[in-house]
Amino acid sequence: MDKKYVPRITSFLCKWCSYTGADLAGTSRLQYPTAIIPIKVMCSSRVDPVFILRAFLKGSDGVLLGGCHPGDCHYETGNYHTRRRFAIVKTVFESLGLEAERIRLSWISASEGPKFARVANEFTETIIAMGENPVKKKIFL
Amino acid sequence: MVNELREAAGKLLDDGKVDLVIGWAKGSLPLASTPVFISSSDEADQLVFDSTCGNNLTVYFTKDNKKISRDRKKVGIFVKGCDSRSLVLNITEKQLKREDVTIIGVPCSGVIDTRKVRRKAEGREVLEYSQDGDTVTIKGKEFELSVPLEELLSNACLSCLRKDAEEYDLFIGEPRKFSGESDPYSDIEEYENLSADERWERMNEEYSKCIRCYACRNVCPSCYCNVCFVDQNDPQWIGKTPEITDTMIFHIIRNLHIAGRCVECGACERACPMDIRLLYLNRKVAKEVRERFGSDTGTDLDQKPAMADFREDENQDFIMG
Repeated sequence: MDKKYVPRITSFLCKWCSYTGADLAGTSRLQYPTAIIPIKVMCSSRVDPVFILRAFLKGSDGVLLGGCHPGDCHYETGNYHTRRRFAIVKTVFESLGLEAERIRLSWISASEGPKFARVANEFTETIIAMGENPVKKKIFL
Repeated sequence: MVNELREAAGKLLDDGKVDLVIGWAKGSLPLASTPVFISSSDEADQLVFDSTCGNNLTVYFTKDNKKISRDRKKVGIFVKGCDSRSLVLNITEKQLKREDVTIIGVPCSGVIDTRKVRRKAEGREVLEYSQDGDTVTIKGKEFELSVPLEELLSNACLSCLRKDAEEYDLFIGEPRKFSGESDPYSDIEEYENLSADERWERMNEEYSKCIRCYACRNVCPSCYCNVCFVDQNDPQWIGKTPEITDTMIFHIIRNLHIAGRCVECGACERACPMDIRLLYLNRKVAKEVRERFGSDTGTDLDQKPAMADFREDENQDFIMG
């Protein structure tokens, strides 16, 4: 893999916390990789597992899901449902032999700009270390 | 037992407790029974119950035939252990009301997988099937085989621990209680121990057989959306081809939709014309739900389905910061 390789990380960020957190990272002039492609959703529980799967199977190298910390959800319980769902999505990924490390759920609040930058950097590094999504070569696309 | 079953159904209809009884009748082919709808006591002698009664009749409450519960106020239904769990699940999901349904439990000793019978018959046509206790006799034109029932049972039945209904109004015979002794998931351990690449190979092999007939979805009592995601055009979630790309997404998403709602009745696997081992993934997810969220699907009328419920202090070891 040459140094210029920039992975594609589809990120679903909750409007109330993680997206605002990403915004704060930006306004604070914190650097984070361009690999992150943010998509604003109203709540992390809006993210149907089909979104994650489709992003993954259609060629994203990683999928990041950002939500409010447990107890902080704007809709009170949304992220608790996300948490259960994500646990099952991971199980399914593992059972199919797909790389479950390529999907990540993180709790990032609106005031955690530096945390967003850290998560984005960390996750991008992990993905770069893993290389391109092998699913692309296997069958899909 | 068959007589008791018919009497019970007839009595319920005569007493006016139900308007309709859903049960099984002898099918036109030897290995398949057919669902039957009985609305008066003189029709009750069609009812049968044996190891060919694999259909999970709960589907008639939830699919587009919701009209059954719309047109008829009180319905009686025969259930095996797994069917009763489906029914309980559907009641907790508010698809029907407990008081509108009369549940009649039947003692189940497992149902057969017709493919296993055909394999035993080695391609010869099976013309007669009869069961005496634990032994099954298969007759064809120039052969007669005696096989232990165990060897013909559907994969789901081999690992079933709750064979008899735990939620019922009326039981034919004496229900056996949940034993809970053996490990119900020992059969998927072998699969779990494979390496990631081997698992992918295995799943790839299974799902590439799929012809997208949706039989698995249609027999599943937990699959009852008015418009299934595979039928939607706008947005179109997945392509319509039987290529592995699309079949894989179909199976994975169906699996995620029934996570925490699958009662492991195995109706999908028996319905599959291509002999796909659908239960691998279903049971793997069911195991995870049981271990992680501690819920046993369809055993408690007051319990929400696992994926619609949460605990605040849940284990979140899979979340990295």
